[in-house]
Amino acid sequence: MNAQFLNELTELLGKENMKTTQAQLLAYSYDATANFQALPDVVVSPRHTEDVVAIVKLCDRYEVPIVPRGSGTNLAAGTCPTQGGLVMLFNHMNQILELDADNLTLTVQPGVITQTIHEYVESKGLFYPPDPSSMKISTIGGNVNENSGGLRGLKYGVTKDYVLGLTVVLPSGEVLTCGGKLAKDVAGYDLKAMLVGSEGTLGIITEIVLKLIPKPVAQKTAIAHFDSLDAAAETVSQIIAAKIIPATLEFLDNGTIQAVEEFMHLGLPLDLQAFLLMEQDGEEAQVERDVAQMIEIAKENGAIFTAVAESEAEAMKLKTGRRVALSALARKRPTTILEDATVPRSELATMVRAIEQIARDYRVQISTFGHAGDGNLHPTCLTDVRDAEEMERVEQAFEAIFDASLKLGGTLTGEHGVGEMKSPYLAWRLGEEGMFVMRAIKQSIDPKNIMNPNKIFAKSQKLRVVIHHGE
Amino acid sequence: MVNNAELMQKAFEKTVDEDLLLDCMRCGFCLPACPTYIHTNAEEAHSPRGRIALMKAVRDGKVVWDASIEESFNMCLGCRACEPACPAGVQYGPLIEQTRHAIQLGKTRKPLEKAVRGATFDGLFANQKAMTGAVNLVRFYQKSGLQKVTRKIGFLNLFPPFMKEMEGVLPEPAKKSLPALPQLPKKQIHVSFFSGCLMDTLFLETNRKTIALLEMLGAKVTIPKQQQCCGALHGHSGEMDKAKRNARANLDVFTDDSVDYIVNNAGGCGAFLAEYDHHLAHDPVYEKRAKTFTEKQIDVSSLLVKLGLPEFLQTLQPTARKKITYQDSCHLRNVNGVSEEPRQILKSMTGFEYEELVGANTCCGSAGIYNILQPEMADAILETKMQHVQDINPDIVVTANPGCLMQMQKGIQATCSHHGDQTATHIADLVFDYIVENTSV
Repeated sequence: MNAQFLNELTELLGKENMKTTQAQLLAYSYDATANFQALPDVVVSPRHTEDVVAIVKLCDRYEVPIVPRGSGTNLAAGTCPTQGGLVMLFNHMNQILELDADNLTLTVQPGVITQTIHEYVESKGLFYPPDPSSMKISTIGGNVNENSGGLRGLKYGVTKDYVLGLTVVLPSGEVLTCGGKLAKDVAGYDLKAMLVGSEGTLGIITEIVLKLIPKPVAQKTAIAHFDSLDAAAETVSQIIAAKIIPATLEFLDNGTIQAVEEFMHLGLPLDLQAFLLMEQDGEEAQVERDVAQMIEIAKENGAIFTAVAESEAEAMKLKTGRRVALSALARKRPTTILEDATVPRSELATMVRAIEQIARDYRVQISTFGHAGDGNLHPTCLTDVRDAEEMERVEQAFEAIFDASLKLGGTLTGEHGVGEMKSPYLAWRLGEEGMFVMRAIKQSIDPKNIMNPNKIFAKSQKLRVVIHHGE
Repeated sequence: MVNNAELMQKAFEKTVDEDLLLDCMRCGFCLPACPTYIHTNAEEAHSPRGRIALMKAVRDGKVVWDASIEESFNMCLGCRACEPACPAGVQYGPLIEQTRHAIQLGKTRKPLEKAVRGATFDGLFANQKAMTGAVNLVRFYQKSGLQKVTRKIGFLNLFPPFMKEMEGVLPEPAKKSLPALPQLPKKQIHVSFFSGCLMDTLFLETNRKTIALLEMLGAKVTIPKQQQCCGALHGHSGEMDKAKRNARANLDVFTDDSVDYIVNNAGGCGAFLAEYDHHLAHDPVYEKRAKTFTEKQIDVSSLLVKLGLPEFLQTLQPTARKKITYQDSCHLRNVNGVSEEPRQILKSMTGFEYEELVGANTCCGSAGIYNILQPEMADAILETKMQHVQDINPDIVVTANPGCLMQMQKGIQATCSHHGDQTATHIADLVFDYIVENTSV
C-alpha cells in the first residue's frame, strides 16, 4: 500500500477511526462466503457523509479499491476485499435519524442493525417487513446494497420495496440524493432502484429513507407434513390460487427434514418428503379464516399431518424445524455452501427434483429448504474445502443448478446477490445485452473501477454448457 | 535463536483442533451475543468469528504472531455466550482454551509473569490448604481493621489477583453455626457435594447453607475430602495441564458410584466439571471415570427444583416484600444450559417481587480473573450491566457463582449512592435466609 495514501488518510480521519493492525486486517478479510478470503490494506470508520466524501476522493486519486461492509454476513463474497484496498465500516454511522409519523418513513444511517429497526418501529405500532435471516446482526446499509429478502418476501416484498430515498457518495466524491419521502415520483430514471442491490459497485450509501406500514395486529402459525413433494407443491399453488397471500410459506425437503430430526428429535418421520410452514398476519378474523383455509387445502392435497399454533409458545415450537434447518445441515460437514436459486413458484417441485438429480450426478450432498411461496430456494451443499476434488464437483453441481434454474425461467440468485462468487455466471442470466447495459452504467459512473471491484462484473464469464439432467 | 512466531504456529498446529475451527461457517450470528464485540463498537477482531479466523490464520501460518493477535485472544471473556447463538454448533469454549494453551506453549515468558503465574496456579488454586491459609490471613487483616491500609501498601499482592481486586467486596466471615431449617420427609436421594475452592473459603457460609437446603428437602449429602479447585481458572488461562491435574485429583476422591448426583453451587465450576469427560477424553486411566463424573453433574438450582423446593417455598407466607432480580452465570447458562430453574425458584418466593433484568444473559465482566487482566473492558461491561440493574432498581441482585456475586457487589458499590440498601447475594443464601425468616422451627 502506498505510504503517502495512508498518511493522507490518517490526516483526514485520525488513527482512532482506522484499523491497521494485523489482527484487525485479518478480521475484515472475509464475509460469510466459504472459500473467499483476502486481506484489506486498511479498514476505516467514517463518522459522517463528509468523511465518506473525503475518503472516496482520496481513493479516487490513488485508485485504491473501496469495499463498503456492514456486518459481513454476505453469502456471495460481495464484502470480501479480494482486490485489497480499503474496507469501509459504518459502525459510527449507526443512528436512527428520524421517524416521520405523518409520512410513515424512517430515516437511518447505513450502520443501523436491521433488528434494531424492527424493534424501534414496532414499539411505535409500525412495521418494516424485510426480515433476512441474518437480521439480528445485518446492517440496513448491507440490506440495501444487497437488496436483501427474507421470509416475508412473498406477501410484503423485499428491501427495494421499502427504500424511498437514498444519499449516495459517488466515486467522483459528489453526493447524489435521490427519491425522498414520496409515495409517487416519476421525475426521470428511478436512480434509487438502480442503486438498491448494486452491491457497493456504484457508490457509498450514507443515508436511507425507508417506507413503513402499520403493524399487523394478529399473527398465526401452522404446519403441514407431506409424503410427496408434488402434494406440497400443489398445496402452495392452490393456496395462492385461492387468493391467499400468506406472510410466510416455507418449505423443507426430505434431506433437510432428516438433518433436523437428527439434530432436534422433534419426532418428524424420516421418510417425510416435505414440510410446509405457513403463517398469516393481518386482522384477526381474516388471519383465522386464511389459516383454516390453508390447512383445508393441505389436507385436500393429502397432508399426512397438520397443526395450528394456539399460542405464541406453540408457534415457536412449530417453527423450530424451519428455524434450525440451516444449523442442522451445517453440523453435518465442515463446509456449508448456501445458494439461493429462484424459480417461478409453479416450478417448485420440478426444481427441487432437478437439484436432487444434480446432487446424485455429481456425487455431492445437497439438501434444499427455502421460501416456497416465492420460489426462492436454498440448495445447501455440505462439503469440505480441504477436499479439492470434491470442491470441483461442488462447483460443477452449482453450475448445473444455475443452468436448471434458468431453464425453468428462474434466476441465479433471489436474495444473496451476485458478489464475486456468482459473477462468472451473470451473463447466463442477463445475456450479452443485459451485460452491456450494466457495464455501460458501471463504466460511466465508476470509470476507474474503484468501487468494490470484481463484484458483479467478473474478469471473465463462464461458458454456459447446456447440460441435460434426468429426463 | 528460534523464531517466536514459528514456535507459536507450531504450538497452534499441535493444540488447536482444525476440525473444530472448520465448524465455523463465518455467518456472524455470534456477533450480537459477544460482549466484547458490542463494547468495542463492533470490532470484528474482538468477536468470536474474528478470533476463530485468527486462530485458523495463526495455525495455517497465514499471519505472523504479534501483539495485536494476542490482544484479540486476551480480550475474550470466555463467557461462551456465542455458543448458544451459533447455528453451526461451533465449540468455542474448547477452541479458546486450546488457543490459550497454545499461547502458553509457544511463548517465551518474562520471568516475573512466570513467577506470578506459578505461585497462583501451582500454589493457591492447586492446593486447598494453601487457599484456606491465604484466606484466613486476608480475614485477619479484614477483622483487624487494616483493610484500608492493605489497599495502600498492596499487601494483597501476595495473593491471587482475584482476591486482591475483590478485597473491597469480600463476604463477612462465616458464622459459627447456622439457624435450623424445618425438616421435610427424607427422600431416597444421595448426592456428593463439590465444595469449590473459593466457595469453600470465602463463601464457606454459602456452602453450609446449600447443604442445609439439600438436607432440608430430604437428600443425603456427603462431602468427599481432599477435593481440589475444579481447574477452571487454570484451563481458561491456558494452563490446561494443571487443570487436568486438578481434574484427576478430584476424580480420585469422587469415587462413590452410589450417589445420584454430584452437586455444585458455582456456575463457573459447574461448567468445567461438566467438561471433565471432554478434557480427559484420551486419558487411558481417567477417561471412563470422567464420563461417569460428568453425567452426574448438576447445579444446585436444578437439584433444588427436582427436590421440590419451589412447591415448598410457595407454602410460606411472608409479610415483607422486596424486589429481586437475577443475573445469569454465563457458564451455568451457556455451557450447562440452565436458566429457567433459578428463575423458577426465585418466582416461587411470594415475599419477593421478581423482575427480569434486561441483558441478564450477558456477562457481568467478572469472568474468572478477567477483571484483573482486562480491567478497562471489564469495567465497561460492568457499567452497562449496572445501568440495566439501576433501571429496575431491585433490592437484591441474585447470582449463582462467586465471581459474578463479587462483581455485582463491586458494581453496586460503584453505583449505590442512591441505592444504599441494594445488595447482591448467592441464590442459596437468599433461599436459606428466606426460609429461616418465614418459618418457626
